[in-house]
Amino acid sequence: MIGLKTVQAPRAAVRYFEGGEGEPLVFLHGAGGLTAEDPFLAALAQTHHVYAPLIPGYGDSDEAPEIRDMLDFTLHSWDVVEALGLKDPVLVGHSMGGMIAAEMAAIAPNDVSRLALIAPAGLWDDAHPVPDLFSTLPFEMPALLFHDAAAGAAMLTAGRNVEDPNFLQTYLVTNARQLGMAGRILFPIPERGLQQRLYRIKAKAVLIWGDSDRLMPPAYAHAFKKGIADSRLVSIPEAGHMVIVEKTAAVVEAIATLG
Amino acid sequence: MKFTWFNLMPWPYLPDDFRETNRSVWVDIDQALFDPVKSHQVYNTYMDLLEYADALGFDGVGVNEHHQNGYGIMPSPNIIAAGLARRTKDAAIVVLGNSIALYNPPIRVAEEFAMLDCISGGRLVAGFPVGTSMDTNFCYGQIPSLTREKYQEAHDLIIKAWTTREPFAWNGRYTKLRHVNLWPRPIQQPHPPVHIPGGGSVETYDFCIDNTYSYSYLSFSGYLRAQALMSGYWKRVEERGVDKSPYRAGFAQTILVADTDEEAERLYAEHVNYFYNRCLHVYPGFADAPGYRTIKTIQTGALSQYAPPRGGYATLSWKDLVEGGHVIAGSPETVRQRMEELIKGLNVGNIFCLMHVGNMPADKCMYSTKLFAEKVMPKLKAMFPDWAPEWADDNRFWTSPLKDRVASGSLPRQAPSAADLARTYALEAGE
Repeated sequence: MIGLKTVQAPRAAVRYFEGGEGEPLVFLHGAGGLTAEDPFLAALAQTHHVYAPLIPGYGDSDEAPEIRDMLDFTLHSWDVVEALGLKDPVLVGHSMGGMIAAEMAAIAPNDVSRLALIAPAGLWDDAHPVPDLFSTLPFEMPALLFHDAAAGAAMLTAGRNVEDPNFLQTYLVTNARQLGMAGRILFPIPERGLQQRLYRIKAKAVLIWGDSDRLMPPAYAHAFKKGIADSRLVSIPEAGHMVIVEKTAAVVEAIATLG
Repeated sequence: MKFTWFNLMPWPYLPDDFRETNRSVWVDIDQALFDPVKSHQVYNTYMDLLEYADALGFDGVGVNEHHQNGYGIMPSPNIIAAGLARRTKDAAIVVLGNSIALYNPPIRVAEEFAMLDCISGGRLVAGFPVGTSMDTNFCYGQIPSLTREKYQEAHDLIIKAWTTREPFAWNGRYTKLRHVNLWPRPIQQPHPPVHIPGGGSVETYDFCIDNTYSYSYLSFSGYLRAQALMSGYWKRVEERGVDKSPYRAGFAQTILVADTDEEAERLYAEHVNYFYNRCLHVYPGFADAPGYRTIKTIQTGALSQYAPPRGGYATLSWKDLVEGGHVIAGSPETVRQRMEELIKGLNVGNIFCLMHVGNMPADKCMYSTKLFAEKVMPKLKAMFPDWAPEWADDNRFWTSPLKDRVASGSLPRQAPSAADLARTYALEAGE
């Protein structure tokens, strides 16, 4: 059972999902956000005590205007771990959340011993430019995010009436709040110097990538692997950037190898 | 009334099938469409037209800033304004404006605007737009949700630099300067009048009211659609208990004059069509980066300034565009009537007359401009004293030029001879 709770951190009152039993695990979501119904959360909660804090501005959480740059995001995320009373949880991040998790592990290498980065953002290679998420229209998203675009489109629009003008208004507000905040570390190029800090990471790390990730091309998996000393790559076939929903079990299994 | 002749400087050679074969006129426009050799003529013609407007007695000539944009080949309006400062005599140089969040450090704007004010003899109107999302975020890489904060800081720095007569340190979040010491500084005191182009952001209303700046609504959808937005502005002005001088507001309107309404359609329809159907063909993904507009503004229901009408412009005929007020076009009397409706309806004292449209050639533009200047403008100006008598002399939002100004060409035609110099300076020495 996944519940939505609030914890007070110095910069913001943070909303977080909590559920399951076992080893504590912190999951940091991607730029698309997170809901209680997320199948990945449920799967993680089968084996772990999961904490999944929302970035301020996501879901119904308060915005945090004072969180502006990469260092702010990184320290805020450590503040949240501290406020939750956790020590050395398994640290898991997807996409933007992976970028933050990697930064957390680099800035405090002695406090993270197990790190799972799922198609993390944070590096840039001119030979493999990351598509511009911020100018991508909603109908173009599925092809960017999923191996199976049609199934992805069905998932993204399920239960939504896109013709309803109120839906559009809500959509615009949600987008402005969520992607507005994400833009602080992802716009216009999702890179804030992580490359030069990767060497600091001491954690045992697993890199998890969908083979057909079109948003964060798998070339980046190799760059992360090269940068993090104790790392291993798990490539998952027939999965795109949303590998956590397309191949949930395989991702959870890869995380389990961290012990 | 203040009439500013405005040229967006569109690139006039977009192909007929531009919409079908291109994703966007802005940001990622196909560079192959720009021809530097042809641009030589285009730039010079456009600047000639601005100078022509000065000669015809327009109150101002206007330029603006856009980047990577097929309908605006003016990424640096200050370069055009510098040319105009030299080549025009009386018109205000209305730079509407510099997107101050994009200048690093923003003190550059304080300096360049000061230079323009000095060269023109105090004729500068300083515009400070946030800049469209296309320009500011997608072309110039500013983080959408921090753009306004950065803009605000840039504004505060520029005003402080303009008004402080000794060096000071500026420890901003976005700009840190140990020695701010503006040199040169503007003629106009305490600083040139400021106009703020807004596209419906409610925060901008208060910003203008607080600082006695003119709020300019620059839209291409015409005065009928502007009604709701401008009433919102005037409502806020009233709530704040300040006066309702029409000069607190400006509005951009496409205006085309001919002898008769029919002639206007015959002469100008194709150019209007070019503008609405090619120049405004912006990829929707670039229109509004998430975080660029504030939540409060989105919640007012205001659509982006660049949101096309339902169904798109392609479906709108000349008749639709004229009747819908996107364009004010027709005989001098038709245009006068509609302009009067616009001015009184929106309560605006500053009109930015978009008199060059799309791929309009210079001869047609001169014809329309001259008719407006001679047959429409005087009547609209004459209306002001009756309509808003208490504000007839309100100069808070306009320029205060020097009385005695020099213009280009002030040197003698020939260099003096040695004898001339000996005479001149011996005389001085003897006194």
